[in-house]
Amino acid sequence: MEFSIFILAIPILSFLILGLCGMKMPHKAAGLLGTTAIATVAILSYIAAAIYFGAGRNDEGLFPTLIPYALQWLPLGNTLSIEMGIMLDPISIMMLIVITTVSLMVHIYSLGYMKGERGFQRYYAFLSLFTFSMLGLVVATNIFQMYVFWELVGVSSYLLIGFYYTKPAAIAASKKAFIVTRFADLFFLIGILIYGYYTETFSFTPTELLLSSAATVLPTALGLMFIGGAGKSAMFPLHIWLPDAMEGPTPVSALIHAATMVVAGVYLVARMFPLFIAYAPEVLHMIAYVGAFTALYAAIVACVQTDIKRVLAFSTISQIAFMMVALGVSLSDDPHKGGLGYMASMFHLFTHAMFKGLLFLGAGAIIHAVHSNEKSHMGGLRKYMPVTHITFLIACLAIAGIPPFAGFFSKDEILAACYNYSPAMGIFMSFVAALTAFYMFRLYYLIFWGKSHYEEELALYTAGKTTHEPHKPHEAPATMTTPLIILAIITCVAGFIPFGKFISSNGHAYDIHIDAAVATTSILLAVAGIVIATIMYAKGDSKITQAINSSMKNIINAAYHRFYMDELWLFVTKKIIFNCISRPIAWFDRHIIDGAMDMLAIVTQKLGNYVRPMQSGNVQSYSVWFLGGALIIILTLIYFA
Amino acid sequence: MNILNLFVLIPLVMLFALWLCRNIKQIRTVMVAGSTLLLALSVYLTIDFIALRSAGVTAPQLYCNSWSWFPSLNICYSIGVDGISVAMLLLSSIIVFTGTFASWNIKPQTKEFFLWYVLLSLGVYGFFITTDMFAMFMFYETALIPMYLLIGVWGSGKKEYSAMKLTLMLMGGSAFLLMGILGIYYGSGATTMNIHEIAQLNNIPTDIQYIFFPLTFIGFGVLGALFPFHTWSPDGHASAPTSVSMLHAGVLMKLGGYGCFRIAMYLLPQAANDLAWIFIILTTISVVYGALSAISQTDLKYINAYSSVSHCGLVLFAILMMTQTSCTGAILQMLSHGLMTALFFALIGMIYGRTHTRDIRQMQGLMKIMPFLAVGYVIAGLANLGLPGFSGFIAEMTIFVGAFMVDDTFHRAVTIIACTSIVITAVYILRVVGKILYGEPTNEEHKKLSDATWDERFTVICLVICVAGLGIAPMWVSDLINSGVGDIITNLRP
Repeated sequence: MEFSIFILAIPILSFLILGLCGMKMPHKAAGLLGTTAIATVAILSYIAAAIYFGAGRNDEGLFPTLIPYALQWLPLGNTLSIEMGIMLDPISIMMLIVITTVSLMVHIYSLGYMKGERGFQRYYAFLSLFTFSMLGLVVATNIFQMYVFWELVGVSSYLLIGFYYTKPAAIAASKKAFIVTRFADLFFLIGILIYGYYTETFSFTPTELLLSSAATVLPTALGLMFIGGAGKSAMFPLHIWLPDAMEGPTPVSALIHAATMVVAGVYLVARMFPLFIAYAPEVLHMIAYVGAFTALYAAIVACVQTDIKRVLAFSTISQIAFMMVALGVSLSDDPHKGGLGYMASMFHLFTHAMFKGLLFLGAGAIIHAVHSNEKSHMGGLRKYMPVTHITFLIACLAIAGIPPFAGFFSKDEILAACYNYSPAMGIFMSFVAALTAFYMFRLYYLIFWGKSHYEEELALYTAGKTTHEPHKPHEAPATMTTPLIILAIITCVAGFIPFGKFISSNGHAYDIHIDAAVATTSILLAVAGIVIATIMYAKGDSKITQAINSSMKNIINAAYHRFYMDELWLFVTKKIIFNCISRPIAWFDRHIIDGAMDMLAIVTQKLGNYVRPMQSGNVQSYSVWFLGGALIIILTLIYFA
Repeated sequence: MNILNLFVLIPLVMLFALWLCRNIKQIRTVMVAGSTLLLALSVYLTIDFIALRSAGVTAPQLYCNSWSWFPSLNICYSIGVDGISVAMLLLSSIIVFTGTFASWNIKPQTKEFFLWYVLLSLGVYGFFITTDMFAMFMFYETALIPMYLLIGVWGSGKKEYSAMKLTLMLMGGSAFLLMGILGIYYGSGATTMNIHEIAQLNNIPTDIQYIFFPLTFIGFGVLGALFPFHTWSPDGHASAPTSVSMLHAGVLMKLGGYGCFRIAMYLLPQAANDLAWIFIILTTISVVYGALSAISQTDLKYINAYSSVSHCGLVLFAILMMTQTSCTGAILQMLSHGLMTALFFALIGMIYGRTHTRDIRQMQGLMKIMPFLAVGYVIAGLANLGLPGFSGFIAEMTIFVGAFMVDDTFHRAVTIIACTSIVITAVYILRVVGKILYGEPTNEEHKKLSDATWDERFTVICLVICVAGLGIAPMWVSDLINSGVGDIITNLRP
């Protein structure tokens, strides 16, 4: 597995080449360089996966954890040090496949989507940097290496969201994304500090002895680490950056804000899962509740958004919350005894990356065609964009949980795990799943069905009512449709992967079996969601829709404004931190502290002025001072004598 | 011939050569030759030092020599370095070297400027090579005085006020320092001013330590921007010319941290242990307060000056935590902050030289106008907010991990408070980057401006390479400074 170093080396080299001399390259060369680099990395990852899983299990029935590289990067005292290395185990191999696949699709897609954009080379440089950081994160051998790459992922995300750096919304969004996640990372860091100090290592697997001595603080440490994960994975209330992050180019949203970076938090919890189960089950419960709430919240908000990328953003938040819930509801590390959630979560991570990547790339094709994110500029597009339409439909069916598409299988496992945890949790998550089907099909109908915005505009134009000739929507070029088709095929077949054979909570092979009761309920609920969406949106705004809209006006309005979470954050940051803390401190420093120093100088100067007349050079006054002084001394002497 | 003497001799020769110079070309030749020589010398010293250490030489100080200077007062010119001083010498040489290029076109009175500039660097080098308290103090003063003239004559804005304020406050610190040094000398009853010999005696009575530790610590602390004695820094930096800002924030402020560690803590260990909590509170305030003040500033140099208060506060904070790791972190932070701030001030100077304003409200969209400088600024910003791959990250992480090793509630609490600075730093850095670099350029005058010239590019590239080099491959630095830190820590924690 020594070749695995190239999985990291190639993207960073590609970044350096594109970053340093990209400006002198023609667009095509830069794009091809980036794409070739990532294609190589993808092939290497597939080879690594084939070799790894092909080598089979060891005597204990586990896939061995391989560490082909580990070098001491930064020594921190006698016991601690930060290592940099590569660790290959089932979940990191799985993540390698997910990241390189989606990243490759996005690279190919961007050749068409970003064609002719200013800063094309910079775009590919940042994509390479992101891919490098994300790969480094998943192969981390220890928690601190993970943190290092975690930060790098954050900054690549910042750079890519702010790619259109002349657009004020993009600047604000990139700043917000970085600062919110950084705020969460603060907790992550403190968690790492606690973990490192008490277990005397940053490794994911400290010895039992060290762990038992640290048992009392482990829940705190793991809880803090989860907050870091919640920031990256956009759990409520740290989710506020993700919808805004849609200001970046759409392929970036597909790669970073749907498929890979946002699942880093889930990956973190999965990575620490053995410790969570053994030492901090109460934190896992907390994760389940946070996840469940986020899933519902994001699903409700997704139902009323009008910007198609924002719908997808909230859908992402909701789906990631599903993965978190799945981890949270695990009760043991044996998949047969309540530990199903771990496998389900990883399975869903895998399938979700594929179909959500597909949805975003499809949305990109649509936005490319109609030059708008707003649903009101779409409608009836199925005639104009057949490939996008079919692939988008497949992804919608997958996320809604309709067999035989991938999402059905993974979501079914999650729901089974939830029912196993408690019926209430199961019913709750089933409801959210139904909501998912509803809002996804609402989106689907609004884009592809109903009245065509283009035809309406064209009618107006031919009738001479506007002078503006509408732009006819067209199917995307082959560079963009090919990734869509590939991801659609994966979405169709990924559900049949015997996922439990490769990944399970205790490492032993596990046979996925569909629980008939759970599966039936979830299919029925999904179909119900789709039917309701069909009734309400298939033919444009029907009467029922209007009736529902007017009867729930307040709730819909609040949901449209995301229940005012952004306003709350803005209030805290702008009003409280900036105006009530930072400004007064700056004033205090300039006027009180510095004022005191100036005052000292002024007082000295005044005193100097006061005593200066004594040294006037005037002989008479000197003699007065002399005689007066002498008199005082004599009188004092006489008095004391 | 002791190699360390060259660090003082070369600047002296440069001074003489500059005095003889007749035109700008000669001045530049002298400056480039001299600073390159010094840089080469310190690189050689670093490599040689690491080689000696790995060959198993364990003496605390290497390249030691001593010449009697004022025998009646036991003052010697004694020199010697440990890993910490070597690291600081390397830092100083890099900053002096790049600062030369950053002041390539300084006018008027180029010759006088460089004379004072070299004298300043002479003081800095001398400070780091001596092991005699008195000689150290003398070099310290040598470094301070030129600062007054450099700011007062070649500065901008309220330069006379700022220069006077800076000098007076630092001189006030020196007064404390002198008392401290005398107290240490007489308290120990030693017949030498040599730091290491006094440390080995370790016989200063506790009550005397209690008096002189605060004096010495504050004396150096003023230079290290210890709250509430930091207010010279914003004004001073804002008025200073580019290369002086670089040298000042990059190197001179490190004299404070170095002195606190080498003299105050090392020689007065008892008081350091007992009174550290007071200064820990002050430095924690520095860290958070500096960062919070930076958020609402509008002048680029003020932002950076407050940022320096915060980062240098972290140096003193780490020293006071008194663990091997945190003190290693403090030295790393000195190196890292020196390089980063120098880069920042260089870039600010270059931008100011073009736009003639440092007010962030009056600049927008510079990325389109001067892409090289803008990208440099973004890199400096990311380094400053502690992005992995740059030096700031390793320094901060070493400090936090080290500080967390002190196992009691008070230390834990202040460590967590200090950690919050990583978020606040991100806020003020990204705020500035978003305001001045991104967006569409609105000012018509700014649209005509040009990007960096070759000397500016050279300065920026050199510093970026240093910052990234330290951040990507930090292992060798700890080899360098570990033993030096270890000696002092052993004295502090017997």
